[in-house]
Amino acid sequence: MALNKTLRPGLIQMRVLDLDQTLDFYTNILGLNEVGRTEDGRVMLKGYDEFDHHSVTLRLADEAGLDYVAFKVDSPGTLESLKDATEAFGYPVDEVPANTNQPGFGKRYGFTICTGHRIELYADVEKAAQVPMTHNPHPWVEAPRGMRAQRFDHCLLYGPNIAEAERYFTEVLGMFAPEVCNTPEGNRFATWLTSGNKAHDIAFVEYEKPGKIHHLAFLLQDWNDIGNAADFIGRYSLKRDVGPTRHAITRGQTIYFWEPSGNRIETYCGGYTAYPDNPVRVWDVSEVGKGLFYYEGELIPSFLQVVT
Amino acid sequence: MNDYRITDGATGEAFLCHSDENLLAAMRRSGKGPIKTGCFGGGCGVCKVRILDGRYQAFKKMSKAHVSPEEEKQNIVLACCVRPLSNITLIKA
Repeated sequence: MALNKTLRPGLIQMRVLDLDQTLDFYTNILGLNEVGRTEDGRVMLKGYDEFDHHSVTLRLADEAGLDYVAFKVDSPGTLESLKDATEAFGYPVDEVPANTNQPGFGKRYGFTICTGHRIELYADVEKAAQVPMTHNPHPWVEAPRGMRAQRFDHCLLYGPNIAEAERYFTEVLGMFAPEVCNTPEGNRFATWLTSGNKAHDIAFVEYEKPGKIHHLAFLLQDWNDIGNAADFIGRYSLKRDVGPTRHAITRGQTIYFWEPSGNRIETYCGGYTAYPDNPVRVWDVSEVGKGLFYYEGELIPSFLQVVT
Repeated sequence: MNDYRITDGATGEAFLCHSDENLLAAMRRSGKGPIKTGCFGGGCGVCKVRILDGRYQAFKKMSKAHVSPEEEKQNIVLACCVRPLSNITLIKA
């Protein structure tokens, strides 16, 4: 639940190498619903428990990776004030007019932050044709498929100067960092940021190359559904990275694997309740293996080294 | 289905790869070979190798962020995107 004017990461656009194969993964294995296609052939998707028009778009490209992630804010007035605050922070802002390259979405403001990632903000988006029930509601309208992903949850980005990124998200967007990881010199190695009670809405790891994505994550109901996701990984020979396991950081339960274009996916549940008035949890980078993989107690090399 | 012999040109270590299997899957299955495994989707570039000898088929698109068209001409590939058509000798790229 959002506690301030920035509501959540509501839209992510990913580059994929094989659209048909990756779309088959997203719909039949992960369990998202295809909302439609854009005029230029991108695919729009949403989780069964999401109300907004769509939350994920897939774009066929020569490289895998992230195009941008967009945050929904609570009103057009907030959007305009955040545009001004973003420019005052030092990031030039461009405008994407309503209903152009993301059907159903109102005006979006976009900018590139120090880590090399394009971040966007928007306030208005149409509801999807099929949304969760709200009057005497059942938990779902149509039985969830595959891994039963409920909604887009968060992403972890890799790039340089994450201390500045943390400053942007906290000082401008009003988010806070419930948990951080520092080097022995006291510099940020990683930061987890949230706008509400979720343990994280977005996270950053310090990395030399700009603009990289480590994973995008989808919410599952519980630990049983993590096991169900693992069965799908086995049945369809997806490449698993880590899990099922539990993070000490965020305390979420998790399994990581790669979709057919090589972007890492997390299916995630649990996690603590974050409050902005609680003290920040601090990890030493020397202990981050245990922090990331609480049951294994050690780093899994591919987890830190493989990004798109 | 044939099995082809894949040899690490740097160490001489060899393992078998099924004709319908990608090179990286065979390395992982056998626990041998010169490279780490990554995304198995052609996206992350961790499994970059150079084919020194032998015929192969690239059955999957490889990220141009990791294999440029010039490199592809020099038989540099991502092992997860390639099946063998003969015995192969390769090295880490």
